[in-house]
Amino acid sequence: MNAITIFRKELISYFRSPIAYGVMAFFALITGYFFYIAVAYFVQMGIQSSMMGQSQPMNVNESVIQPVLSNISVIGLFMIPMMTMRLFAEEKRTGTIELLVTSPVTDWEIIMGKWLAALVLYASMLGLSLLSIATLFLYGSPDWRPMLVGYLGLLLQGGSLLAIGTFISTCTRNQIVAGVAGFSVSLLLWVLNWLSAFQDSAAAKVVAYMSVLQHFESFARGVLDSKDILYYLSAIFIGLFLTGRSLESLRWRA
Amino acid sequence: MIKVEGLTKRYARHVAVDNISFEVGRGQIVGFLGPNGAGKTTTMRVLTCFLPPSSGTARVGDFDVLEQPMEVKKRIGYLPETPPLYPEMEVREYLDFVGRLKGLRGEQLAKRVDEVAERCSVADVKSKLIGKLSKGYRQRVGLAQAIIHNPDVLILDEPTSGLDPQQIIETRDLIKGLAGSHTIILSTHILPEVEQICERVIIIAKGKLVATDTVANLTSRLRGAETVSLEVTARNGADLSSSEVQEKLERVSGVSRVSSKSARDGALAFMIESQQGQHVRPELARAVIEAGWNLNELHAVGLSLEEIFLELTGAPNRDVTAPHATTVS
Repeated sequence: MNAITIFRKELISYFRSPIAYGVMAFFALITGYFFYIAVAYFVQMGIQSSMMGQSQPMNVNESVIQPVLSNISVIGLFMIPMMTMRLFAEEKRTGTIELLVTSPVTDWEIIMGKWLAALVLYASMLGLSLLSIATLFLYGSPDWRPMLVGYLGLLLQGGSLLAIGTFISTCTRNQIVAGVAGFSVSLLLWVLNWLSAFQDSAAAKVVAYMSVLQHFESFARGVLDSKDILYYLSAIFIGLFLTGRSLESLRWRA
Repeated sequence: MIKVEGLTKRYARHVAVDNISFEVGRGQIVGFLGPNGAGKTTTMRVLTCFLPPSSGTARVGDFDVLEQPMEVKKRIGYLPETPPLYPEMEVREYLDFVGRLKGLRGEQLAKRVDEVAERCSVADVKSKLIGKLSKGYRQRVGLAQAIIHNPDVLILDEPTSGLDPQQIIETRDLIKGLAGSHTIILSTHILPEVEQICERVIIIAKGKLVATDTVANLTSRLRGAETVSLEVTARNGADLSSSEVQEKLERVSGVSRVSSKSARDGALAFMIESQQGQHVRPELARAVIEAGWNLNELHAVGLSLEEIFLELTGAPNRDVTAPHATTVS
């Protein structure tokens, strides 16, 4: 399996360079912060409601895990371009792309290897956030099923943005350009659904539907909606498909 | 082994390779010669399936680069002009990676990694990061990468560019050692390199094929004609006019052309070209002495592929004062 060969090489590159560690350290810091805020707020609300004599049961899933996962999905938008920017841009700049393309491997194997490596880096980053959420299980009994759905949503959303970022990386030989462009696209895909907040036209709905974060909401609530799964799967497919076309066009233009 | 017919590669604005045809037999070493921008790299990229040809065909073994690129890629080892290295990988890891890319696995892979590391003298740096290696080592790692799957055809794009003279000699010896078991195409703009390594030369300029022949045949085309550099001064500081000397030299039998170079310290310098098959140096010396001048200097310059090359590629009138400008070693 040549894709695995590429995959392993990409992981070596990630973990030999400071990028992986920098991205993961920043992510651990910021999710820890989000987690702390969510827990502190939860505790405060708990004290208040017991002081008022209300004995309404409070839900850890709803008031801690769900907001933390939603925050992570936003952070992902900013971190993912950093993971994909060098995937192809660096190979084009140093000329190593010639080695890959003149070896008996298909474009598809190259792309899958690279995308999977980025996905594994992203997943291991998500794994860091599990550490803080795991402490909830020590002191309470949150439901793990909606949480699992939430993480599946994060993976799907990450996979889509990684696929788009991979495509952008094939368009330039400058990592920074790829990073900035990837970031801009992420930002755009995020804010698309703001339109539906004050407009109810069909066009606004269509535009809002394109927004990546919009589709994460149901996952965060622990709901598996085939519509949202389909959205992410098609985004992954489109991103990787465009990457393939772009890699192919490289040869006709180079 | 390699058969190129009517190969043309067009870009939006210009034609990089224009209707080139040539053949390379099994086990031959062929030099691909041409000035920068002549289309050497483009031709090589077509052969390695990196670029598709605009028209014409290129075959490696029994396989067409457009129809069966996977089969062609399996049989080709390619060293691009800048070796395709990952600085963050160790040499061993890198060779292992490339070996896997080329389809080697298991014991065979481990064996080949050791073999090529030994062969290209990079065994002593196997556990070093490529980014920390010197340029010479990197070039050799690049070469090791190209031969790891023991390909039938080896395509080397300027394998000695940017190396110091010692490294150039080592790399050339290495390439010569690879001949026989591999068919090698090697591009360069350094002429002595071709004379030393290659059996045949393919000369291209501005995308067109100019000549393809054996090195011996090409050199014999101009054999006999020589260019001589000569410097005279007047005896006892007497005045000496350039035209007077030139006239005298032109009358020496066998001389076809005399051109004056810049004079310094009262000395006059000339470049003299002989006719085919004429050795004019003894006659020139006699002529100068008989005229009562001092003969300061008399030596033959550049009688080599360079002459042929410049003639064939139609380079603009070269600067006769720097006949060895293209020579490195």
